[in-house]
Amino acid sequence: MTRARTLHFLQTYAVLILIGVLIVVLSLSSENFLTTRNLLNILNQNAPLAIMASAMTLVIIVGGFDLSVGATFAVGSVTAAWLAVNVDPYLGLLLAPFVGLLFGIANGVVITALKVHSFLATIATALIFKGIAIAVSDGRLISVRIDEFIWLGRGTFLGVFNSIWVMIVFAVILTFLLTQTTFGRRVFSVGGNEQAAILSGIRTDRIKIAAFAIAGFAAGLASIITTSRVALGQATAGEGMELQAIAAVILGGTSIYGGQGAVWRSLAGVFLLALVNNGFNILNIDPFFRDLTMGLIILAAVGISAMGARR
Amino acid sequence: MTEPLLSARGIGVRFGDVDVLSGVDIDIRPGEVHGLIGENGAGKSTLGKVLGGFYRATHGSITVAGRRQDRWDTPTALANSVAIMHQELQLVPALTVAQNVFLGLEENRRGVLRGTEATRLVALMEQSGLFLNPEARASSLTIAEQQKIEILRALARRAQVIVTDEPTASLSKTEIDRLHQIMRNLRDEGRSVIYVTHFLKDILDVTDRVTVLRNGRKVHTRDTSGESKETLVSAMLGASKTETLYPEKTRDFGPVALSVRDLLSPNGAHVDRLDIRAGEIVGFAGLVGAGRTEIARAIIGADPASGTVEICGKPLARHSIGEATRAGIVMVPEDRRGQGLVMTLPVRANISLPHLGWLSSRGVMRKTRERALATGLIEQLDVRPAIVDGDVSNYSGGNQQKVLIGKWLAGAPKVLILDEPSRGVDVGARETIHREIGRLAREGVAILVISSEIDEVLGLATRVFLVDRGRLVDEIDPDMFSEADVLAALFTHQGMGDDAA
Repeated sequence: MTRARTLHFLQTYAVLILIGVLIVVLSLSSENFLTTRNLLNILNQNAPLAIMASAMTLVIIVGGFDLSVGATFAVGSVTAAWLAVNVDPYLGLLLAPFVGLLFGIANGVVITALKVHSFLATIATALIFKGIAIAVSDGRLISVRIDEFIWLGRGTFLGVFNSIWVMIVFAVILTFLLTQTTFGRRVFSVGGNEQAAILSGIRTDRIKIAAFAIAGFAAGLASIITTSRVALGQATAGEGMELQAIAAVILGGTSIYGGQGAVWRSLAGVFLLALVNNGFNILNIDPFFRDLTMGLIILAAVGISAMGARR
Repeated sequence: MTEPLLSARGIGVRFGDVDVLSGVDIDIRPGEVHGLIGENGAGKSTLGKVLGGFYRATHGSITVAGRRQDRWDTPTALANSVAIMHQELQLVPALTVAQNVFLGLEENRRGVLRGTEATRLVALMEQSGLFLNPEARASSLTIAEQQKIEILRALARRAQVIVTDEPTASLSKTEIDRLHQIMRNLRDEGRSVIYVTHFLKDILDVTDRVTVLRNGRKVHTRDTSGESKETLVSAMLGASKTETLYPEKTRDFGPVALSVRDLLSPNGAHVDRLDIRAGEIVGFAGLVGAGRTEIARAIIGADPASGTVEICGKPLARHSIGEATRAGIVMVPEDRRGQGLVMTLPVRANISLPHLGWLSSRGVMRKTRERALATGLIEQLDVRPAIVDGDVSNYSGGNQQKVLIGKWLAGAPKVLILDEPSRGVDVGARETIHREIGRLAREGVAILVISSEIDEVLGLATRVFLVDRGRLVDEIDPDMFSEADVLAALFTHQGMGDDAA
């Protein structure tokens, strides 16, 4: 009895326990770790990934995967930079997330209209989006050294980086959507049992499209933060971020089978990965061990969550 | 007395915080068909799975042919000639019958298959009297045929004890008879069959001994020859109750609540005219595949269809489930796992799922209202455990069914369609559900009951339609017809005397 309970507890809070352990270990190994500056830096650096992982949570709960958010990020990056240089810096920052939203809607429509698995559909759309990003930027880097553009990624508000505020607001909104609204309930039901959702009068296709739209929007939002910070739009931006986002979601304990999960879990997943990274930097350990450790942590997390799933 | 082939002592199983089984002793003798029976949630299926090595018991010991087993899992069980036939069949759809039967036992030379499965299967079929086309793909077979594969598989492993878990759930009458004959043959060869089922008739028909479980404990094991339906039911329920009584029929109808005209769906529903009055219970009887469910799906808008559906005189504006639910016509689907409940959501969220519109304001859930609704229905339908946020996936079949019915009653429907309302449900829950159906009718709800159990349709409805190929072919008065009459009539309509029943 207690064993089952312990297992359940572990599964629910594995990610928090791991974070706690890492914080203790890192604080003991280096005095540079547990400083406000270091912690804020970690959050700042990972805010774009955290935003994308938060939205990916919805896609995974609804029973899908979005492998195109990295490419959407690239589109966002070059669109924002191009508009900033050629039209208006504020317009660039404002429009890129909505371009991402459109691309997300396109994903959702392709998936629901063609009835293909999102995994396959988004592999294909990722290539298309990538091509669009290259076309927009003409394959070149777009430098945007304009104050009206870079404030978002570099500035602070009340002593905390803007990016962190954006991340917090976005995660709070998504949490509210998921836990307090009818939309959130529908998201859980579509991922938990699509047939039951259909027979309950839910238009499951719309819910899926909305989830992918949010993921696209998040990729665009994340891209303006990064683009603004580095003052550079490029079609290679965001490469591999889709996999990091998915890894963070799963690491956090959201079920890859859909129907279960939470946004805070994905934030914790991102933070855990970031801590490992940071720890290796602080301790100056061979990067080989970093990738190895990350791989092992993800395996362990997936293993723990699979342990009770077999009934 | 002969030494038991398989015996278990003090078996206890705990899932989470729930004791599913506790302190169960059971002996399986060589050459017997041993029935396990009990209400849903009594633990019969769990006990079967423990004996077959599929679940590990939390407490207790298992002894096979006098040797105590420390580790009892599926491979050990197979090595000790104990095989289990699952409720959900475990076949590889892309492989042939022969390949499935000998899965894991293929003759090979250093890993290279010799392709002898078909020949070996022919020999095995000769020996057992079970025949299938060895080259057919498993995916092309009916459920009954797939079950034969499972049995052949057990035989191929020279199993002495075969555990079958609710094998007849999706079989026709003739197929069930055939399965029972196979069980008897196995017994006569000195093998033992453990038969988990909730059909009393099947237990009385084929088993030699029967073990009754109640609330995870063993009531007793007795020779089946001394048992009857009544004695089994009273042992299962504890108190001395007899076979389920149906609620009293009222004939105090209001105006027409559901009116269907010229309904045609690509899935085969074809109904020229169907009227159900407020307070009336109408039944659909038909053989499996007769299109009863298809008619219901077409009415509520789950399948595309043409024609008109009127609720209390008002035609449905659009042909969709959302529109139907708002107008007050709902359907409790037959497959609660597949189409009814979202197992990852708690009881509360399952009940509120079709009603999110009025349980929210501006898209934000009104959780107090939602809880109150769920609490009320849990009480009304006697759902156990009575927890608003209970994990529905851990509930017994009967209680899941109650939650599912509650989900659709939550909107106070004017017309209620129930598709197989008591399939796979224990006697107690069945009674609760029937009582509730009767109560709803008295309150003026128009009800359509679809059931494969003709007895249930006749017992509940005041008017019964015979359904064949998506059409209402005849209307009968259930009080003038017996189960046998209806069955005979259905077969006549079907005309070809097909296998399905």
